[in-house]
Amino acid sequence: MSRCFLRTLTLSHFRSHRLCRLECDGRPVVLYGPNGAGKTNVLEAVSLLSPGRGLRRATADDLARRPEALGWKVAAVLDDNGRAQEIETRTGAGPGQSRAVRIDTKPAPQAALGRVVRILWLAPHMDRLWSEGAEGRRRFLDRMTLSFEPAHAEAMLVYEKAMRERNRLLKDQVSDAHWYRALETRMAEAGAQIAASRRRAVAALLAAQDGASGAFPAAQISIAGPEGEDGDGAESAGALREAFARSRPRDMAAGGRTLVGPHRIDLAAEYTAKGVRARDCSTGEQKALLISLVLANARALKGRLGAAPILLLDEVAAHLDADRCSALHAEITALGSQAWMTGTGAEPFTALGGGAQYFRVTETGGASAVHPATGPG
Amino acid sequence: MSEAPHDIERLIGMMAKLPGLGPRSARRAVLHLIRRRGALLAPLADAMHTVAATARECATCGNVGTSDICDICASDDRRTGEICVVGDVADLWAMERARVFAGRYHVLGGLLSALDAIGPDDLGIPRLARRVREEGVTEIILALPATVDGQTTAHYIADRFEGSGLRVTSLARGVPVGGELDYLDDGTISAALRARGGV
Repeated sequence: MSRCFLRTLTLSHFRSHRLCRLECDGRPVVLYGPNGAGKTNVLEAVSLLSPGRGLRRATADDLARRPEALGWKVAAVLDDNGRAQEIETRTGAGPGQSRAVRIDTKPAPQAALGRVVRILWLAPHMDRLWSEGAEGRRRFLDRMTLSFEPAHAEAMLVYEKAMRERNRLLKDQVSDAHWYRALETRMAEAGAQIAASRRRAVAALLAAQDGASGAFPAAQISIAGPEGEDGDGAESAGALREAFARSRPRDMAAGGRTLVGPHRIDLAAEYTAKGVRARDCSTGEQKALLISLVLANARALKGRLGAAPILLLDEVAAHLDADRCSALHAEITALGSQAWMTGTGAEPFTALGGGAQYFRVTETGGASAVHPATGPG
Repeated sequence: MSEAPHDIERLIGMMAKLPGLGPRSARRAVLHLIRRRGALLAPLADAMHTVAATARECATCGNVGTSDICDICASDDRRTGEICVVGDVADLWAMERARVFAGRYHVLGGLLSALDAIGPDDLGIPRLARRVREEGVTEIILALPATVDGQTTAHYIADRFEGSGLRVTSLARGVPVGGELDYLDDGTISAALRARGGV
């Protein structure tokens, strides 16, 4: 069976960790300890081995250990089916530094991380995903899309940069039609790629849910427009270009905001068996739907790439009953994924037994420490 | 207290403002110049003094030279029907090193960027339009970076001349000469496939 996991993880001056080094063997990793000990910080460090701002969407400045503010570093050795790859991301000292990436000691763009390792996550703040605004759901969909198609990151960057430029023109009431058309052409080309990648990702997730266990409800997901209308409208480059041109007066009147395009879509979900919209489900059901989608994403990736992605599941046992907890652990074991999980104690992970590695996380005098542990019992 | 006398510190400070040099490398460069002041420092100072007095931008294309009209624009051997549009003088020099283009150039001196308040007038695009009319230009070749700003600028120029009968082309993108596919990113491979040609 193909495997992709972190053999070692080193954190240096990262959040509450002054220096932390973990040796891993590919089994799921359980980090337990009291609140504020620094467990989630470890998961956040792993999340930064993928493109973007990581698990908490923090800025590079926020990740530096205080009060030293010396900059921070996260380094890992990835075992990709027996082949070792070194990944490192860091910032230097001082405010406003962007994070740099090295792959096998060579400088690389952040987007290149998406081709090296696939990392999916679930964190407690995502429990409100179905009931809050569309932005979080779009980000969730884009992370899943990115896991299937790493080029999605580049298309998003092009689209967002061109849109910021267009918004500035609108805000400054610039009337140069050539300039708008130049930017809208870039946005339309990238936007059509984004829309197509998202559509393929949704299809892959729906197909992968067929293999879902009964413990986690299947979600009927689809892409919707900003007001709930069908999201499959203007998605070709030509149609998007026309939509941007038509929307110019309205966007200018809105103070320089682009009101049409793939940045406005929403991810709609429905609890398939009950026919209830995700936002109307109970808190526990909403969490189960999220887990169901993340597991479907992992299954689909394993089907395509041969190896399951790395999963980061922060306090995932909260809102899950004992049966669902056991089902989740069984699914992780079946996937063969290196899942990094946190909890205040080791007891919720009893079902994993010796099938996981355990680490106890403590905090003393503002510094976190991670100790190898034997696990529950 | 500074480590070197005031004048030398001032020189180090000036050198550190150059692209690619930081305070440490500037200090090393200045020390090297001082050690070889006869062979390097004095001729360098002389060359800089001369260039500071004579360097100017070509009034036609924006190239850097020592006369009002640069050698390329002044040459009768250059075809006037083709203009290659580049973002920066360094790009013009790169094209000239290749010795493959016999037309003339137009240096924009930057790229369109609404966020940086760089508009068409800042880039001499109206001057380009005037040259097209006055020089009997039939083709504009866009040699601009494959970045968002570079491609936005390319689209802008193409859009501006649409319907004028002028041919607007851009450099092809794809596999570099001597390059291996295994080392290329997905975007480059995709562009190369789209731009494929018969063998």
